[in-house]
Amino acid sequence: MTVVRRFLYSKKIAPYVFILPFVLTFAVFFIYPLASTIRMSFQDILPGQVQWVGLSNYRRLLGDKVFGQAVFNSVRYMLITCALLIPFPMLFAYMISSKSMKSAGFFKSLYFVPVLTSVVVAGLVFRMMFSELPGALMNSIRGLFGKPAIYWMKNEYSSLLALILLCCWRWTGMNMLYFMAGMKSIPNELYEAAEIDGANTVRKFTHVTWPLLKPTTIYVLTISIYAGLAMFTESYMVFGNNTSPHNYGLTIVGYLYRYGFEKLRMGYASAVGLALLVGAMVINVAQLYITGAVGPRRTKV
Amino acid sequence: MKKLLAMLMALSMLLGIVGVASAEAAPTKLTLWTFIDQHAQFYNKMAEEWNKVNPDKQIALEATVLGYDDMHNKLKIALQSGVGAPDLCDVELGQFPNVLLGQPQLVVLNDALAPYIDTVVPSRLSIYSKGDNHYGVPTHVGASVAFYNVELLEAAGIDYKTIITWDDWSEAGKKLKEATPGVYMGNVETTTQWQTSLMLTEQGADFQDNSNPDDPKPTINTPELLKAVQTQQQWLKDGIAYICPGGQVDTEEGKAWLNTNVCATVIMPEWYMSRFVDEIPDLAGKYAIAPAPVFEVGQPRSIGLGGTGTVVTLTCPDIPLAGDFITWAKLSETGESMIWDVMGFDPVNTAVWDDEALTHNPENKFNKYFLTNVFDTLNEIKGEIKFVASTSISPTMNSYFSSTLWNNLYIDLLDAESELETAQEAIEADIF
Repeated sequence: MTVVRRFLYSKKIAPYVFILPFVLTFAVFFIYPLASTIRMSFQDILPGQVQWVGLSNYRRLLGDKVFGQAVFNSVRYMLITCALLIPFPMLFAYMISSKSMKSAGFFKSLYFVPVLTSVVVAGLVFRMMFSELPGALMNSIRGLFGKPAIYWMKNEYSSLLALILLCCWRWTGMNMLYFMAGMKSIPNELYEAAEIDGANTVRKFTHVTWPLLKPTTIYVLTISIYAGLAMFTESYMVFGNNTSPHNYGLTIVGYLYRYGFEKLRMGYASAVGLALLVGAMVINVAQLYITGAVGPRRTKV
Repeated sequence: MKKLLAMLMALSMLLGIVGVASAEAAPTKLTLWTFIDQHAQFYNKMAEEWNKVNPDKQIALEATVLGYDDMHNKLKIALQSGVGAPDLCDVELGQFPNVLLGQPQLVVLNDALAPYIDTVVPSRLSIYSKGDNHYGVPTHVGASVAFYNVELLEAAGIDYKTIITWDDWSEAGKKLKEATPGVYMGNVETTTQWQTSLMLTEQGADFQDNSNPDDPKPTINTPELLKAVQTQQQWLKDGIAYICPGGQVDTEEGKAWLNTNVCATVIMPEWYMSRFVDEIPDLAGKYAIAPAPVFEVGQPRSIGLGGTGTVVTLTCPDIPLAGDFITWAKLSETGESMIWDVMGFDPVNTAVWDDEALTHNPENKFNKYFLTNVFDTLNEIKGEIKFVASTSISPTMNSYFSSTLWNNLYIDLLDAESELETAQEAIEADIF
């Protein structure tokens, strides 16, 4: 009994006991799968037969044009969504937080509602909006301008437009909320001081809000990069399945899904997953380093 | 403490007795996954029938309907990991090679199939086989036929019975276009190859060379496929065919488009009848069924397409019972009649095709919908139904076709010859 008691009351051990649930979950659901993914990426796995194949999955991956296209699609999508989903939500947040804004609560909820919808439902609705049928919403809009119906999802740029629109529609509200929270933490005195110095609304934004929002911006950028690179469900739902014309909607995760689940090549799919992990890590660490969130502090001149 | 233990023991024994007693009376529970609602209804009905005639081997069938991709992916993962698979599962023909990868985690059904093997169209078994081992129980033949919209054609002065070749068909299309602009003679598929497969087998060709089953080779750059795709490109250039919304007629968009009554011909497997009846009700009484056109008179006029093989998994608790039930449900005479009556499919036991009382029943909803009887056409083409191979390379080929090849050929109307060469190389590179 004393052993147990000594164990439970030990100041050294207690903290570990408290974090044990997290460590265990993390080990079971993250570390173990990661380790086994690394092992599997060197194997050829079929039901009932597993074979070590060395680096051949990786060699295949590097030589695959379709994988190149998937990477291109994912990176392009990620760049566009980052370019849209940081400035606009920030602007909207600034506008809604502004004192002269009327019925701010209404707009806040209006922007936030899409976040609560499921991707699957939203994707389905967008697919119908962008459908090939002449009576579908987007084709009807074209009809208003006297233009003929087009195959929205069979064209590279119009299908990309559908994906980007869906993403912006869903995430503007979320990012806006992050920025509004960030703005709340900026002390009012700074704005008052700026006003005394004669700053107008624009200068207050560029010289007070923007620099002080940096930590929030870095956070939003980091998750946007990851979300952009890991996009899959949106494309799957909007195109109706994982096969899109000319692979326009194929993302890295879509490629992984194609080989892992559709073609049941778990070994190869593991290599794809690791490539995605490494890619996202490199981009994000570089981004964090450049923005100064990690690494040596730069001294101000 | 002792009392408590004794009570616990007594309680557990009691529970055990109750458990054993109920287990004796309880029917064997069998789980089944399918991706088509009509199939689930059919299996439930067949389970009821089975229980009536097999009082000593009662089953409790639990059929679950899942989405196509969702179901097949869940099944593949369950088979791979050995956990979570249903006892019975419908597997679509295009997906079948995927569940046969490696060492199939499925039951060899040769014994269960034995009583029916003589009555079944053999090629319908071999598409679900690996070597001599049969793993899937077929549902239908899926013989392709032409559905002609008599109302539209007659309005343009065309008699569908005079259409024998694709040339006749194109000429009729031009006439139709002139008479009723905005109405198309047919459609071109961009996400599948029902029509293209038919056009290939008419010429005696296939998408792949399966002469060595262990090492099938794609054969895309062939003169036969070239002819098939160029013919369809010409339809589009002439404006007599429309690129099917949704990629093919067996999609929601495709059916919605058909329902607007602008398409005079649908060339699809026989099972598409059920889609007409259930999902395109507005066109009842407009379509007649006839053999599909050919390039030259004398070529085979049909191909068996699509299909579902039902498998029994190795994790099934009562394999012999599951095997007996599923073969009985799908291949016995009771089952075969039901397959036509309930689902409107062409049974794999072609003897049923001659049972006039069954096939020409005027009360049957499929007979009511169409102007002609489908079995008249089926019996006419009975000896001409060809097949394309379905092997381990089929999923890779289908994926390239629907994502790239058909789009290039029919939407962008690119040069067919060089596209087929590119496709051949791309598919060869993607096979492993």
